[in-house]
Amino acid sequence: MLIMSMPMGINKRLATYFQSTTSAAPLAVFRIFFGILMLISLIRFAALGWIEKLYLEPSFHFTFYGFGWVKPLGGYTYLLFVVCGLAALMITLGYRYRLAIAVFFCSFTYIELMDKTTYLNHYYFVSVMSFLLFFLPAAAYFSLDARRKSATLVPRWSIDAVKLMLTIVYFYAGLAKLNSDWLLEAKPLSIWLATKDSIPLIGGLLKETWVAYAFSWSGALYDLFIPFLLWYRPTRSLAFVAVVIFHLLTRILFPIGMFPYIMIVSTLIFFGPEFHKKVLSVISRLGEWLGMVPSANYEDMTSLSTVSSSSSKVSLPSTQSGDATGTLPSTFKIGILTCFFALQLLIPFRYQLYPGELFWTEQGFRFSWRVMLMEKAGYAQFKVVDGESGRHFYVDNSEFLNPFQEKQMAFQPDFILEYAHYLAETYRERGLKSAQVYVESYVALNGRGSQPFVDPTVDLAQVEISLKHKNWLLPFRDEIKGL
Amino acid sequence: MKNLFFLFLLTIATFSCGEDDNAQPSDNFDRQAMLTHWADNIIIPGYVAFTGSTTDLQAAVADFVANPELATLSALRSAWETAYLDWQKVAMYEIGKAEELLLTNNLNIYPVDVAALDANINSGVYNLELPSTNDQQGFPALDYLLYGLDTDELTLVNLYADNESYRLYLQAVANRINTLAQAVLNDWTDRYRGEFVANDGNSATASVDRFVNDYIFFYEKHLRAGKVGIPAGVFSGAPLDNTVEAYYRRNFSKTLLLASLDAVQDFFNGKSFDGSSTGPSLAAYLTELNAEKDGLPLAEVINEQFDQTRVQVALLADDFTEQIAADNTVMLATYDQLQINVINLKVDMLQKLNINVDYVDADGD
Repeated sequence: MLIMSMPMGINKRLATYFQSTTSAAPLAVFRIFFGILMLISLIRFAALGWIEKLYLEPSFHFTFYGFGWVKPLGGYTYLLFVVCGLAALMITLGYRYRLAIAVFFCSFTYIELMDKTTYLNHYYFVSVMSFLLFFLPAAAYFSLDARRKSATLVPRWSIDAVKLMLTIVYFYAGLAKLNSDWLLEAKPLSIWLATKDSIPLIGGLLKETWVAYAFSWSGALYDLFIPFLLWYRPTRSLAFVAVVIFHLLTRILFPIGMFPYIMIVSTLIFFGPEFHKKVLSVISRLGEWLGMVPSANYEDMTSLSTVSSSSSKVSLPSTQSGDATGTLPSTFKIGILTCFFALQLLIPFRYQLYPGELFWTEQGFRFSWRVMLMEKAGYAQFKVVDGESGRHFYVDNSEFLNPFQEKQMAFQPDFILEYAHYLAETYRERGLKSAQVYVESYVALNGRGSQPFVDPTVDLAQVEISLKHKNWLLPFRDEIKGL
Repeated sequence: MKNLFFLFLLTIATFSCGEDDNAQPSDNFDRQAMLTHWADNIIIPGYVAFTGSTTDLQAAVADFVANPELATLSALRSAWETAYLDWQKVAMYEIGKAEELLLTNNLNIYPVDVAALDANINSGVYNLELPSTNDQQGFPALDYLLYGLDTDELTLVNLYADNESYRLYLQAVANRINTLAQAVLNDWTDRYRGEFVANDGNSATASVDRFVNDYIFFYEKHLRAGKVGIPAGVFSGAPLDNTVEAYYRRNFSKTLLLASLDAVQDFFNGKSFDGSSTGPSLAAYLTELNAEKDGLPLAEVINEQFDQTRVQVALLADDFTEQIAADNTVMLATYDQLQINVINLKVDMLQKLNINVDYVDADGD
């Protein structure tokens, strides 16, 4: 094992670290707010009519490689959202937490896998975070589960794991901004900001070139440094002020939904136990006032908690699911999470395995915290050729895709290929024995003029869907330097 | 370093919040001025002219019905042509009342469903307000009623003279065109103009974003596909010559296409309806944003392509049915020329103007 092979000193220090404990309050606060924000997000999603618009109305869905079997469930899709929302509520209350977080992770991830048209890094963040939370004793304290057995202390690593995840998100988002488009051209921000002049107060400034540069540079610096400024106690409070300003500014400027709130609330975990105890006591009083929590419950839990100690975490596997102290041995959890974080560190760099410009081919673009990096738009006109007669015609995309799908498809190669296969299959069913599918497509990236995107002479129906390099893309007629 | 960074960030925050005195710099492109120009000098005058023509058309139908003879038929046909041409100038404004009424669907769905239309006349029972009757009314229905029922004018006149059911249907179609046109114009002048101009933001629901989406939709679906692509068989593999616009009139589809193309280009350049001046426009907006493509100003590239397309259209026969039968490749070449500006408008222009191509208000990240 990793720990064994290390020199004695480090080994010992690691062992000490993994045995050390800290207050359970930060993790409890994180759990409560995570659950609430997830519940709000799901209700908002449903209220905006997006379940119908994005999952039920389209007849075709773009799937992730290897997850073609994940499809919307017709009318049961609503049920899926209800289950996911109930799980989020259970997470907040800390009721049968282990079960709730497992159900939440599965149902939320299933929703996101149904159609990659809607892929957002912040949805991926939610999946990743809920996976992580499954292994953490987030309901050990201040939860319904904790009424049976409460613990004021949790392993220190369990809180550090959340901080580490947030650090990766920010830092990798910052690394991704170290490219010539972002730093030297202020793209795509200058495109987005220039037409935002109707925003109150700051609107008039946004057209200024220097403002786009200032936003680009400060955005990159923010992402790169903010996690460390949050770890470091002397800068923590000021860093949190920056977190709030930064995310609220992005909320005003861009349509990014719940993400700013999720990040603002998540970064609270960097604060110490005293702060979180205050938050919990406010919640407790609020609960009392609302009549939801029997009075003095919080005090009960606090007094109870002295019973449990750091040793309680090395508990034997129990058959009781939802037990606050967890059912998995610590070493097992640590092993899994070590692998998990190793993958988190590596996955964003997988793009290095592919030739060509990452922004152009998007091979290895997703799941890498590459946010706000591109203004990309395209147009794809598909030509279906009857291999027998040579007769050809063009496809009206609106027959198969909704406008959102068509928009996303037009500039993402894996979408284009999957759609081409779908067209080949559809026209084969309609009687074309050998349907060849070609595409004439143009893509504009970060304000450059549109350029031909896919080799129009390649029959995409014959191209295998895989993770291999997409050699049927035409080269990007420019260069973007950097990571 | 850290302190510096914060200083930097806070400076930006302070600057951003503090300088609202300068919030209306004169060098900013004024979207409200553009919307005002569009509404007052292009769109509303366009509808005024169009409703004038549809009123004349209704009157010409009344004359013909009251007195079916060659002279009134000739006057009616001429009124139909004028109104159909004026329609080409306003067809792209499918917003507000026009969108609510589905104006294009009611006025210009072709090919006309001849069997259903004949059945309507014979039964005398029809309700043109039903969406299912979209392809039995509007200008294509008049095209059939005025040219398709019989090629011999005298026979046609006698048909109307002898059959009240034909006269009634002709009137019903012409009345409905005029009613719809009036409704749209009245809404613009009474109410919608104010709402349209005031909604000058940059969200997906703001006037510029929505209107430009409608504009491009018109260019792509109705002009490129409807007038050229579909008849040329671009989407079916084989030409469909009965799907040309003004199929029964013959020798008129090219005139209509050119009118539509001119209207689209004039709108792009902000040319006022009477042609006397130009004002704030998409072209000017692109110029203001220094939008370029391949080293040339994007507005210029788009205008150049409109001109190229017009050169290609000039090679087409007046009668597209005839052109398709004789040499469909000229039609296909026209489609290809039209296609180039779909990319310029939909990909390049929308990116520069930061307008979303769809109105699905999904989140981004």
